[in-house]
Amino acid sequence: MMKVSKYVLYDILRSKIVLAYTLFLLIVSLSMFNMEENSSKAMLSLLNIVLIVLPLVSLVFTTIHYYNSYEFIELMSSQPMSRTRIIISEFAGVSVSLLSAFLVGVGLPILLYAPDETGFALLLTGMALTVVFVAIAFFASVRSRDKARGIGAALLLWFYFTLIFDGLILLMIFNLSDYPLEKITLPLISLNPIDVGRIFVTLKMDISALMGVTSALYKDFFTSSTGLLFTIGIMLLWTVLPLWLAIRRFNKKDL
Amino acid sequence: MHRLALILLLFLSANGFSRNIIVGKNQPVSSIRKAIEIAKDFDSITVLPGVYKEGALQLTKSLTIIGQNYPILDGENKYEILLISGQNITVTGLAFRNSGYSALNDYASIKLVDASKVTIAANKITNAYFAIHVSNTSYATIKNNNITGTPTSEQLTGNGIHLWKSRYALIENNTIQGHRDGIYFEFVTNSTIRNNHSEKNIRYGLHFMFSNDDAYLNNTFKDNGAGVAVMYSKKVKMENNHFDQNWGPSAYGILLKDISDSYISHNTFYKNTVGIHMEGTSRMTIERNKFKENGWAIKVQASCENNSFQRNNFTGNSFDVGTNGSLSLNEFSNNYWDKYEGYDINRDGVGDVPYHPVSMYSMIIEQNPNALMLLRSFTVQLLDKAEKAIPSLTPENLVDKKPMMKSLKL
Amino acid sequence: MISIEHISKRFRKLQVLEDINANMEKGQVISLIGPNGSGKTTLIKSILGMVRPDKGKITVDGHVISGDHSYRANIGYMPQIGRYPDNMRIGQLFRMIENIRGVAADKQDETLIRQFELEKIYDKPMRTLSGGTRQKVSAALAFLFDPAILILDEPTAGLDPLSSELLKDKIIAEKKKNKLILITSHILSDLDELTTHVMYLQEGKLQFFKDMQTLQEETGELRLGKAIARIMKGEKLTNEWIDKILEVKKDEKIY
Repeated sequence: MMKVSKYVLYDILRSKIVLAYTLFLLIVSLSMFNMEENSSKAMLSLLNIVLIVLPLVSLVFTTIHYYNSYEFIELMSSQPMSRTRIIISEFAGVSVSLLSAFLVGVGLPILLYAPDETGFALLLTGMALTVVFVAIAFFASVRSRDKARGIGAALLLWFYFTLIFDGLILLMIFNLSDYPLEKITLPLISLNPIDVGRIFVTLKMDISALMGVTSALYKDFFTSSTGLLFTIGIMLLWTVLPLWLAIRRFNKKDL
Repeated sequence: MHRLALILLLFLSANGFSRNIIVGKNQPVSSIRKAIEIAKDFDSITVLPGVYKEGALQLTKSLTIIGQNYPILDGENKYEILLISGQNITVTGLAFRNSGYSALNDYASIKLVDASKVTIAANKITNAYFAIHVSNTSYATIKNNNITGTPTSEQLTGNGIHLWKSRYALIENNTIQGHRDGIYFEFVTNSTIRNNHSEKNIRYGLHFMFSNDDAYLNNTFKDNGAGVAVMYSKKVKMENNHFDQNWGPSAYGILLKDISDSYISHNTFYKNTVGIHMEGTSRMTIERNKFKENGWAIKVQASCENNSFQRNNFTGNSFDVGTNGSLSLNEFSNNYWDKYEGYDINRDGVGDVPYHPVSMYSMIIEQNPNALMLLRSFTVQLLDKAEKAIPSLTPENLVDKKPMMKSLKL
Repeated sequence: MISIEHISKRFRKLQVLEDINANMEKGQVISLIGPNGSGKTTLIKSILGMVRPDKGKITVDGHVISGDHSYRANIGYMPQIGRYPDNMRIGQLFRMIENIRGVAADKQDETLIRQFELEKIYDKPMRTLSGGTRQKVSAALAFLFDPAILILDEPTAGLDPLSSELLKDKIIAEKKKNKLILITSHILSDLDELTTHVMYLQEGKLQFFKDMQTLQEETGELRLGKAIARIMKGEKLTNEWIDKILEVKKDEKIY
């Protein structure tokens, strides 16, 4: 696996886009920490970056990379190498390069300015969301031959996960307020990796407020290690499932 | 030899000195009960180390009881260990444990009834129902005690320091944990509570009712089931206290209910679900407090009026102010809000745009607590921004017209 | 070496390949010709496992190719368009494929690398290369591992005359080593000197597959290339040689 992914990684790491992305993250993070009086407000801004910008960049970058590498992927598939290996190598290369950009751009500033529980929760969430959305982008890309359609699909997915999904949840909470929703909101939320990450960070950042909920289910979830395990489990699922579907689709596909 | 010592003691006291009676296993006087019995006013009793199981003791004489190395008075889970009803009494250096429980009476390790000028100092009280129970007493001083309860349930656990219908009390430097309420005041006036540490109590760190003209200063209330409650009182001074990590659906740094003409200043509210919750509260001055990383810094119910919030720092709170009504009759000014995004053209340190500390989302949660799941969601942030531009749900007159640009030095 | 049995492929409404049968043997240099969209590339990709036919089976060296990628170790493939990751260097590309194939350095055939003088530009990133140079890289890569089967998709398109000659010489050299070489082309002229067999595809159907000698006999003095060009243009086949070509003689060997 490493045989191919290290070259993919090398190629991406030298691209100007990844460099620009790294610098963007680094500049934003550093200026947040330096401009704001207290680091908690900087963390809040960083949370927004992690929940909004990161998925967008992961989706769009991966999609563009996939279409630009199409001929190269073709060439590799003419080699004695399984298609599963090709996709996993590409996935690994893209994930690792975007992860490095995130770790340098956001990880370093957090280690310098806010190496606390919230900081680490934010790092973990950012890393998980990067990988998850790379996997989702691969899933979306292998389905369509057309680059424009692929990028369109990526943007729609981003729109859905960052905005529409929570809007629907809010609508549901309002329209079904007479029903006992406590039990279903948590499973519902896990249908959106961004929400899972958001709750995981707010567990550290806003624990005081979240402890105000009356449901015992949430309280257990918030206070025990269940929350961490749940988050990691869901994120893994959200990585493995799209990747598996992408591989399945890619294996049947005509190049 | 023993007889000689006894004679000597008697002789000394006859000469006008107060006597000191020594109680110990190998002493002429081997029980505290006996010592109290033979002692006269203004005598002192020194209790040597050991375990004393003497049932319920009563003290009405003006005595000083001093424990050496914390002799243990054991109530065997049956008795009220020491009942004090007199004046000029001091009890210090004793360790009380296992006082009894009664569903009918408020059994306590130390109970003061109809007493005055009593000092309870530097005692250790463990596994008590009520630890120190004071009623109808004036000039009680309770200081430097260390009180650790065995919390079970609200019904089966009594209060740490309980005062009822008393005046001029001083509660100082005590550490209380694991009781129902750490410190309980009902009908107590002209009293001071300071430098105490009340934590991990089942209900309130401080429970304060029908008590006027009191002050509590420099205390720390941490991780109590419901924080601190101050209710049905007037003219209470609350200064320099720390309210930390009081978490829960009905936990508050301070719960203020039907309070008026009181003063809350220089306190720190850190990581509470709600920093201050106000209901039916009026003419309060709340200034120069720090509200840091609370769920809600302040919840003002619509029943509050004429309260003034000035020069407080609000940083890192999930929500600054929550309210349940659309009308607000309280005044906010010159506070620092870290969520404020306005500007200051004339550079006087005061923002030129008013700040609305109530967000639309906090109003939503007030109506529908389930929506708390969406905290910090991008969708919610957009809703809040839209609401800021065209207010419709949030009370328009709940506003700080002079928000500070920089945090205040407090 | 390669046997194609009843291969059909349909892309949505378009029948790209229709019941193709062929047998290709060692020592043959087969020119696969036909107009644009006749299914040449699809046929090649089917052999390489990049396109999955709807019907039929392909065996290479007696092994059915579906679901197994190891047979591709015997195939060198030169794609029509060689696009490689922008920041990958030529040397890295060679090393990567070497890693995938696991062929020892002393068993590699570096003739083309030397003749195209690629070693000098080993450090150049792919994005800086001209189309012609990229074709050279693709060609060198196809021959590098001394495979028993060579599949070259429009190999001389985009190459300068000198390089084109070098490549032709190389093909002749490989032919002498008794390899199977499959070349696609719109036109035959520049390769007919080394071609032993011609496969002609039109609208997904295999029109004929004959050896050069037979063809020349059938077409007489007429240059084969010219004749085929006329077929492609869709000219009505008035000349009787065409009928001769298209008629399958009873005693003829069908490859």
